[in-house]
Amino acid sequence: MADAVTTPSASDREQLADDAVSGAGTDTAIIPSVADRDLPNYRFRFLLLILAVVFCAVASFVVGRFSMSIHEVVLLLLSPVFPVPEIWDDAMYSVVYNIRLPRILVAFLVGAALSTAGAAYQGMFQNPLVSPDILGASAGAGLGAALAIYLYLGTGAITVFAFVGGLVAVGTAYAVSRLVRGNTILSMVLAGILVGSLFSASISYIKLVADTNDQLPAITYWLMGSLAGATMEDVYFAGVVIIIGIIPLFLLRWRMNVLTLGEDEAKSMGINTNLLRLVVIVSATLITAVSVSISGIIGWVGLVIPHFCRMVFGYDYRRIIPAAVLMGGGFLLLVDDFARTIASTEVPLGILTAFVGAPIFAYLLILRGRES
Amino acid sequence: MSLEVSHLSFAYSKRGRLVLDDISFSVKKGDLLAVLGPNGVGKSTMFRCILGFLRDYEGSIRLNGLEIKFLDHREIAKHVAYIPQSTYPVFNYTVLDVVLMGLTNQMNLLAAPNQDHIDEAYAAMESLGIAHLRNAGYGEISGGERQLTLIARALVQKAKILIMDEPTANLDYGNQFRVMCRISDLARDGYIIILSTHNPDHAFLYANRTLMIYGGKVIADGTPENVLDAKLIKVVYGVDVNVEDYRYGSRRHKLCVPINGGVGKHR
Repeated sequence: MADAVTTPSASDREQLADDAVSGAGTDTAIIPSVADRDLPNYRFRFLLLILAVVFCAVASFVVGRFSMSIHEVVLLLLSPVFPVPEIWDDAMYSVVYNIRLPRILVAFLVGAALSTAGAAYQGMFQNPLVSPDILGASAGAGLGAALAIYLYLGTGAITVFAFVGGLVAVGTAYAVSRLVRGNTILSMVLAGILVGSLFSASISYIKLVADTNDQLPAITYWLMGSLAGATMEDVYFAGVVIIIGIIPLFLLRWRMNVLTLGEDEAKSMGINTNLLRLVVIVSATLITAVSVSISGIIGWVGLVIPHFCRMVFGYDYRRIIPAAVLMGGGFLLLVDDFARTIASTEVPLGILTAFVGAPIFAYLLILRGRES
Repeated sequence: MSLEVSHLSFAYSKRGRLVLDDISFSVKKGDLLAVLGPNGVGKSTMFRCILGFLRDYEGSIRLNGLEIKFLDHREIAKHVAYIPQSTYPVFNYTVLDVVLMGLTNQMNLLAAPNQDHIDEAYAAMESLGIAHLRNAGYGEISGGERQLTLIARALVQKAKILIMDEPTANLDYGNQFRVMCRISDLARDGYIIILSTHNPDHAFLYANRTLMIYGGKVIADGTPENVLDAKLIKVVYGVDVNVEDYRYGSRRHKLCVPINGGVGKHR
């Protein structure tokens, strides 16, 4: 009797074998590793994100040295469209429409542009650690701005020089990478590093020969990134270019998924990879260059925000592109609120985004390391 | 549907070594061609030529009579699908999304998948027994499931020629056979399948043709039973084997059995 309990009988063994076979389903089925599951409710998440961005935008009008209530701000903002009681004075009107509105719009545009460009580049380079200045856009824009400051040109010229500088840098990097045989992705990254360091060295040279009383501090401050003094002209210029740049990324967002599989697989599915990559580079470069040209160099947004988008909205570029626009814009709005309130003088945005972005990024890396 | 390779030669640089040296073969409907050969012998390079990734080859590769190197990727993709080795993905797309990517060729430039596309992808996944994985991350499923996902992606592409680069690499013992069974079913359904493998038994069990490539040349071409013998395997892989007849009910096929631990005499 005791023997029968410890050793399985022949019929038990058959039963075990039967269980094993039925557990495997039909004889050619793969044994399932993951159970069926539902996708998260992405619509609801988008709704929450939109509400959060609207809240951030309204709150950004209230925050600042010149104090006003949320009630006054909302009425003021509605006044051009709706007949509302006039409870504000001229100073308040001027602060809202001439100072805070352009600044808030520029913050949203730049944040949206940098994180969308980052998301696009990360997909194209099949590398989630890529930032929008991978091809040298920031260094190029910095050189353009430094040159304009060195030549004592006005603020408008600084913006234009920076924009052109960014385009020239990326164009050079792309042209160099096309001359290299073999792995396109690798040669583009290397060309970007090459061009970036060349342009950075040129910035250093201009700093060296610049007037130390006014030009050098201006160049240094510009490179740290700031939205102080944003005007409606900046909004129109950046707005038009950023919208022109984001539209192709938005329209091609399904194809960008296929591009993340790499050159060969994308080609085998009938994608014209050279053309698609060129369109992504041109679009992402346009919006990066115009952002840097009006705000200076603001790091980390383009690197960190796409990661957040993937955590909340998954990996599909159909959702990542709109999510990056909203999340990047909202994030920079928040950081800019801190930039103008935490100290008696403005803190450059580039410094703040690094202080906020680096710890967040470290946290994400540690979290991801634990998961895998 | 036809694919004819004739006198195909290829070198990665002008005066470099010929990776492929005068390779000729053709395949017809229902063929399952197993390409054998040691590592670095040019199997993948040959696939890359056939898929139109490498275009400065000598000789000709004709797809339905048209030279591959003059066709654009969109045109090639209508007839030839590529099933790479399943690797861990950089971005963890859902299985359904991965399969949907195979339909990109049939969409307009700016379009995204619609419900019809999703139904189609789902049907392909169901036929391969992986429909329950649709919302799972491609990075979270097993290697065998990943390989089937890539096959589903190739099926929705509606190409009739499937090129598979070592479809059983990185699979465990059981999944190797499950995946190979699915693949031989596809050949029976009329697909042309060209796959590379390192296991001569897979050629015996599933292929109706085999191509042995060695030093960039085809050194054997024919049915596995006729061309794969102990001498050839010794020459190509340096392994001592007996090729044995094996009967199972009414079925009969050959199997490779290593002797003396395969390379025993060197110990």
